[in-house]
Parts: sequence; C-alpha cells; structure tokens
Amino acid sequence: MPLLEIKDLHVALDDGAEIVKGIDLTVESGEVHAIMGPNGSGKSTLAHALMGHPAYTITSGEVLLDGSSLLKLAPDERAQKGLFLAFQYPYAIPGVTVTSFLRSAMNALRKARTGGEDDPIPIPEFRKELAAATEKLKVPRELLGRYLNDGFSGGEKKRIEILQLALLRPRLAVLDETDSGLDIDALKTIAGGVSDLVGPEMSAIVITHYQRILNYIRPDFVHVFAGGRFVAEGGPELAEQLESEGYDAYLPEASNGAR
Amino acid sequence: MNKPETDVSQIGRDYKYGFHTTDKPTFSTGRGLTREVVETISAQKNEPAWMLERRLEAYEHFLTRPIPTWGGDLSRIDFDSIFYYVKPTETEAASWEELPPDIKQTWDRLGIPEAEKKYLAGVGAQYESEVVYHKLQEELVRRGVVFLGMDVGLREHEEIVREHFGKVVPFDDNKFSALNTAVWSGGSFIYVPPGVKVEMPLQAYFRINAENMGQFERTLIVVDEGAFVHYVEGCTAPIYSSDSLHAAVVEIIVKPGGRCRYTTIQNWSTNVYNLVTKRAVAQKNATVEWVDGNLGSKLTMKYPAIVLAGEGAHGEVLSIAFAGAGQHQDTGAKAIHLAPNTTSVITAKSISRGGGRAGYRGLVSVDHGARGAKSKVVCDALILDEESRSDTYPTIRVHEADANIEHEATVSKIGEEQLFYLMSRGLSEQEASSMIVSGFVEPITKELPLEYAVEMNRLIQLQMEGSVG
Repeated sequence: MPLLEIKDLHVALDDGAEIVKGIDLTVESGEVHAIMGPNGSGKSTLAHALMGHPAYTITSGEVLLDGSSLLKLAPDERAQKGLFLAFQYPYAIPGVTVTSFLRSAMNALRKARTGGEDDPIPIPEFRKELAAATEKLKVPRELLGRYLNDGFSGGEKKRIEILQLALLRPRLAVLDETDSGLDIDALKTIAGGVSDLVGPEMSAIVITHYQRILNYIRPDFVHVFAGGRFVAEGGPELAEQLESEGYDAYLPEASNGAR
Repeated sequence: MNKPETDVSQIGRDYKYGFHTTDKPTFSTGRGLTREVVETISAQKNEPAWMLERRLEAYEHFLTRPIPTWGGDLSRIDFDSIFYYVKPTETEAASWEELPPDIKQTWDRLGIPEAEKKYLAGVGAQYESEVVYHKLQEELVRRGVVFLGMDVGLREHEEIVREHFGKVVPFDDNKFSALNTAVWSGGSFIYVPPGVKVEMPLQAYFRINAENMGQFERTLIVVDEGAFVHYVEGCTAPIYSSDSLHAAVVEIIVKPGGRCRYTTIQNWSTNVYNLVTKRAVAQKNATVEWVDGNLGSKLTMKYPAIVLAGEGAHGEVLSIAFAGAGQHQDTGAKAIHLAPNTTSVITAKSISRGGGRAGYRGLVSVDHGARGAKSKVVCDALILDEESRSDTYPTIRVHEADANIEHEATVSKIGEEQLFYLMSRGLSEQEASSMIVSGFVEPITKELPLEYAVEMNRLIQLQMEGSVG
C-alpha cells in the first residue's frame, strides 16, 4: 500500500475559486517527490489543503494516508497520523518558548500514539534529542529560549521548522518552499538535515520554485505544477531542465508575459 | 442527589474548589446589616472605643452613599440577605491540628499546609469572618517581623494600626470601603522592620464556605525603611446558586527605600461579587508592585492603586483578568504621581471567552509638583470568541509639562492561522488555544515565583477547558 495517495484532488477557496484543479500523486515510503512550479501556481494551497487548513475546501477527490482518508480529519489528527508541513511563513507564538513548544508538540504526538494517555517525554531524553538535533541543524542555542518565531529572521524560522521536523519524526514531510530566504550555507545544512531523515521511516514532498534545494534532497520524481495541475512529470533531470529553461513552456499562452 | 448548589456548575469550567463543608459556626450575626450588627462585631472583638467609632461613622456613610452605576452591574446585590459576620472557631490556631476537622480538611484540600512546608515564610488562613490559623517562621519573629491576623494586630500593635488605619483608604473613599470599615473582620497585619528583607513570600488564604456570606477582611501592611516583603493572597469559595460578597480593603505604606510586592490570585467561584479597594503609598525611593490575577468571581471591580508620594518612588502593576461565561472582570490600576521623578509601569492583560467581559479601567495622574514623572501603560486584550467582550477605559491627567506618559493598547483575537500552525504539530484545538493564551499572559506569569506561575497557568488551563465547541 502506498504511504500517500492523492486522487483527482480539487481544492477551492471560500469564495469558490478553484485553485487545485485535479491532481493525482502516489508517494511510496522512502520516496522524495519534488513539486515545482512558478509563483502563484497553487503549490502552497495544495500543501495547506493536505494539512487541513480550514480556509481551503476540498471540492472533490481523495487523499489517503496508509489507505485511509485524511479529508475528514482536523489538522492535529493529520499530524498524529504522521503528516508534517514545514511552513513557508511560520507563525509567531509570543510568550511560548521554542523549547516549551517543542516539548508540548512531542507530548501531544506521544499522547495520540498511546491512544489518549499522557505519556510525556522524560526531560533528560528530551534534552538529549533536542541537543542532538540543534547541533546537526546548526540551530543557535539562544533561539531555543526565545518565543517561537517571534522576531525571528526568515532563515531562523526555516531552521526551527526543520528542527520541529527532526524532533516530531513524521512519516511524510511536506516542505513548502523551505529554500526561500535561505543563503547557500543555511540551505545546505537544512536540506542536508532533511535528506538524512528521508528513508524507510520518512518520505518527503518538496515544494519549490527553484532547483537548488534538490541538489541536497535528491528527488525520485519531479512534478511540474502550473495552473492547478501537474503539467509534466519525470525524474531528477526534469528539475535541471526547468532550471535552465524556466517555466515558460508550461505556462498558458494568455498569461505569458501579460503581467 | 441534585443539590441546588451544584446546578450552577453549568458554567463550562471545572472549578475544583466548589465544595463546601457543613460545619456549625460558633457565632453569627444572622442576615442583614444594622447598627446593632456593627456594635455586636466590635463587642465580639473587644475592640478599643475608637475603632467602634470609626465603624459607626463608616456605617452611616455606607447607608447614604449611592451604589456605583459604572463598572459592573451591582443592582442585584441583596444586602439584606448577606451574613456580615460569621465566627467559625473560638480562637486562632497556630497548628493545623488544632482546627475543627471540617475546617482543617478544607485547608488540606486546598493544599495550604503542604505549600507552607515547601515555600512559604508564613501563612494566615481566613475562614468566613475570622483568621483561624496563623503562623510565621521563628527566624522572622526574632528579626522583628510581625505577621498577624488583623484583629490580633489591632490588639497587640494598637499604635501602628491607629496611625495608619483608614489613612490610605479613607472610609468614605467609596461605598464598599465604607461597608468594609463598618464590618471588617480578619485580614492581615504586617510590619517589617527597617532593613529586614523577607525572602520567601508570606501567604494569606481567604475562604468563604457558607452561602450568602459576606467577607470583609482588612489588611494593613507597613514596610519600614529599606525593608522588603512579598505578600501573596489566594481566595476560593464554594459554588452556590445565590451570591456572596467579598469587599476587602488593603492599605500599604512603604517607607523610604522599602519595597513591597503584593500578589493576588483571585479564584472565587462565579457567584461571588468581588469589590475590593487596594491602595499603597510609596515614600521616597520606595517601590510598590501589585501583581493582580483575577480568574474567578461573578463580578470583580478592583483597581489596585499606587500613590507615589516620595521623590523617586516607583510603582508597578501587573494585571491579568480572565472572564469566562457569566463573568465580568472590571479591573485595572491607578498610578498617582505626587512627587518629582516618580515612575510607574502598568501592564494589563485581559482575556475573555464564552460571553465573558473583561476590561481595563485605569488612571495615571501626574499632579502639580511631580516634575519628571514617567509612566507607561500597556494593556492588551485577547478575545477568544464572538460573544465575548473587552473594554478599555484609560484616564490620564497631567499637570506637569515635562511628564513622560506612554499608553499602548492592543486588542486581538486568536488567529485562525496561529491555531492552524499549532494544530499542524499535533496539538488539539484546545491545547493550541491554551498555549496561545498562556503565551499571552507569560510576561506576567514569568514575574511570579515558580509555584504561583504554575498555579496561574493551571487555572488558565481550567478556564480554557470546554472553551472549544
């Protein structure tokens, strides 16, 4: 059974505007899929809809994780089933430190795993895991005591997203433009960190505009997303082709250079 | 089975202090207030004549003073049905074991003896109208610190009480200060000698047990030159279908260079009217800090005040108000700058949910002569749903041209995006909202000693339970 199956998915906004116009995607365990597309193509909408954002309505289609539908589940239940979204623009939670947030999130997932019984992670174990992950991802220790994303730079936010990913250990990570706003060194560390997590335990969907993140997280499949649909699919070579030729070939005539 | 007093628990919050015991008081003045009731209370206490005079003067004023029509709705208070004085035990105990079993059990359930062992320098426990337990660490007694029930304080330190009683909060300050002055009973009397710093908090715990009880404790704190004390009060009551009244008066005098911090964690059940007058005078270079957490009660009207009377005095108020279903928290602060180079900071955070109403009502006043005064007020409101309400009523009066006054106010709602972000990490909607609320009040809880911060956060979690439909 595939880890994730998306079948003919259509997603619309509250006002009825259809953003995702029927996509199919199958992700097996251990695979990395890249979804590449120009700005405004609906990539982030797809990512948010998978996670269950209330502002997006699934008008038709199906999303199955391990063969069972996600669509009726709230975002926390999706997370408890092993889905993770690394946000392009993470939100700030003033007054809640990164450390305390991480522990709460880990405990929420542990609680779900035991079927609703509290099973908090012992503090020494938490400290150890946190120390290992922060070192690997080169997260400045000072960030851990600060309020989550409150006044963080773009790069700091991205590091903290991936730190969450490393500690929460989802089975499917969706990275929404994690590379945007990162300098090359940061990209290398962060993407390298994600790449190390990919394997039988975790698959990934990497959503990006540019090819460069894919140098560090090698995709097995590349899907070109434009106008709400996959317009081309292939292997890693497709990403390189996009990098040199751009998206023009995939954009509808009408919008070509119109704005 | 279904006792009437449990019916009111349909308030959507898990109030674990709503129990009551059925102990028999040793004396009660019965329902209602008359001149004779005032005289009886005074006689019961064997007070000096001057105190009875003050009580009667205040009683007359109470009768003629109109009930306030601003703030919350006070029209439903039935002054005739209230018990103004209920004496639960004959004497004040110095060990928990000396208390009648029912009363001791109440304190055990509230965890007070346990807390005393762990982190308190002294404890006073008031049950209905009287302080039933009082104890201060030997070491502090030796250093001259006085921490007594107010009645004992009056007997043993009459000169100090007479010098300050009613000076910071005159009986005719408002209708409820008049009522308190007329029928006061219990409360704390604290004196800290020059230079003595009391490192661990002194705690007073106020418990209403009977239905329609009126609790009118009176607290006087005198902190001498260069001394320090942190006084903490907590309060709970059973849930009844009819209302109780708590109208306290707290007066604080901090002498030059002294510092007093007064922390309140108010968690009355939602059938208690909480109408309290708290005021402190800070002399030269003295510091007064009010940390005021209001989570319980039906209606609270309370605006802790600091009179900055001496040059260089500093005042701070940190206020948290949480109004759930059926609750109205009309809280705030006052900073009155009378002397040059005085400073004040007021940080107020209010949360309303489930149709609750929380507001900030504040005054910053810079009088003639208070040159170089500085004041900063920040009030933030968080509204959790469409039915709830938040109001801000700031008043600023400035009579010196060089005063530096800042006022910032924000109102926010829990954002769908913040919730979605936290939920995407596996937190339930309720856990996510609780986290946002805890974060919102964090600037205040981080100022509390650990045990109180934990308690405050726990009470907030309880308030949040059942808040998500």
